[in-house]
Amino acid sequence: MEQTKLAMLTEKAREIRLGALEAVYSASSGHPGGSLSISDILAYLYFEEMNVDPADPKKADRDRFVLSKGHTAPALYATLAAKGYFGKENLKTLRQVDSFLQGHPDMKHTPGVDMSSGSLGLGISAAAGMALSAKISGDSYRVYTILGDGESEEGQVWEAAMFSAHYKLDNLLAFVDWNGLQIDGKVSEVMNPTPLDEKFAAFGWNVLVIDAHDFDQIAAACEAARACKGKPTAVICKSVKGKGVSFMENQVGWHGKAPNKEQYEAAVAELTASV
Amino acid sequence: MADKIATREAYGNALAELGEKYDIVVLDADLAEATKTLMFKKKFPDRFFDCGIAEGNMMGVAAGLAATGKTVFASSFAMFAAGRAFEQVRNVIGYPHLNVKIGATHAGISVGEDGATHQCNEDIALMRTIPGMTIINPADGTEARAAVEAAILHDGPVYMRFGRYAVPYLYEGRDYHFELGKGVTLAEGTDVTIVATGLMVHIALEAKELLAKEGISAEVINIHTIKPIDKELLAKSAAKTGAVVTAEEHNIIGGLGGAVCEALAETCPVPVLRVGVEDVYGRSGKVPALLEAYGLTAENIAAKAKAAIALKK
Repeated sequence: MEQTKLAMLTEKAREIRLGALEAVYSASSGHPGGSLSISDILAYLYFEEMNVDPADPKKADRDRFVLSKGHTAPALYATLAAKGYFGKENLKTLRQVDSFLQGHPDMKHTPGVDMSSGSLGLGISAAAGMALSAKISGDSYRVYTILGDGESEEGQVWEAAMFSAHYKLDNLLAFVDWNGLQIDGKVSEVMNPTPLDEKFAAFGWNVLVIDAHDFDQIAAACEAARACKGKPTAVICKSVKGKGVSFMENQVGWHGKAPNKEQYEAAVAELTASV
Repeated sequence: MADKIATREAYGNALAELGEKYDIVVLDADLAEATKTLMFKKKFPDRFFDCGIAEGNMMGVAAGLAATGKTVFASSFAMFAAGRAFEQVRNVIGYPHLNVKIGATHAGISVGEDGATHQCNEDIALMRTIPGMTIINPADGTEARAAVEAAILHDGPVYMRFGRYAVPYLYEGRDYHFELGKGVTLAEGTDVTIVATGLMVHIALEAKELLAKEGISAEVINIHTIKPIDKELLAKSAAKTGAVVTAEEHNIIGGLGGAVCEALAETCPVPVLRVGVEDVYGRSGKVPALLEAYGLTAENIAAKAKAAIALKK
């Protein structure tokens, strides 16, 4: 990837991480760990990959995005704010009673949100429905979704996986945020869903395994997904939960807890130090 | 025209007919032959998708289709559409108020021989609790066909409840106009109001005849739209007769009986007695024997009507 693009994406991912943390800190609740692990993927999707226009959030031919792991909404909201769907000052209203930024994505009230999600396992089915819809009407838009590795313990994920392969939804790309942690501990100890790559392959998907924090690999995966005909693509993304904030990295306790003032300031300092 | 038709059959016919006029997509979960969506599938194979035995995913797929502009019918048995997939219906169809029309067949104990696991007496109660959900329980083939078209034209989620068992046509020879949310007064009376839905409507008309023989004048109202319920018509009739009996092929908790009690408690409190499945599970049997066993009969409605009249102050 050329250096200017890489620098732009790195900067956008930093902006997303800072925005997500600001939102969670302001709300005094929310999910920072998994928000930080998907920030690079979101930066690539919204600033490089997807055909979307914040000035026309409902345009018919836009690519669709479904955050199946809806609890990491702070990262999505920070992405949408960075893209210009709404002002960044709104991030501070996350989870407040009159805010349009709900604890989990709400397509009815948040510009740029294509599907309400948050109950795990449901988002990928909706994404499959959108991909099928494009096939029915011959539309060229693509559908992107991000799942959690813990989320793949939900049976519905595999119902959707079966469906998407059966109907050859090659316009669907599902990222699995493989950060290895869920609320109760390590995914491998709570209920091990691995090997995720072999499972998706067995369900008939085109599968890639990448580093979730390497833009070249994310770009290559998106390109490979577009090139693959007749199969949906699953990209298993080896990620670091809490990525970018050293004291949050790989710590299960940061799944669903807001930082206090000192922690927030330390996190901001660390994320901005490398500028 | 046959004298009788199961409302599921009328549903299937309506989809196949209305597929010409409207650009609808139909999903099923390996029950197309039973839910009668097969007729649509044969006629419009490019707009029919079998989701396999995976109702939760089907509701999510329906949501995705609706979110991208399609009008979608998702079909299965009531037990699985409303029961198994309740949370999916609530979270990805109800919450975003998407244009998904759930065609739930094999509702109630008139499923018959398959027994309790497949006899859904809880679906109306479940669906009523979802904000913005419209619920239609048609009483005959004519109403079922009209309900399907009304559902297509309605903006938002609709739950339609159809039966497996053939029921008589109610409106033959009448000029029938279906209006969503409006009850239909099938017979006027002065002593008691029988409010019935679905399969129980024609049985309520039989009950009216039984009561007439004893000099009791019963009003019969068909409530095809259980949500939003026609509060105005119910209050008007209750004010006139002073006593109400509800009749439904559903648990007496949370269904039509519950909805009528809630409505009248706030508008015109009168004694209300409920005929329905009395908070028990169904069982295998021939349909007439089951209706008898669970008190879903004209005789029981008539007896409850007299009891309700006796409760008037």
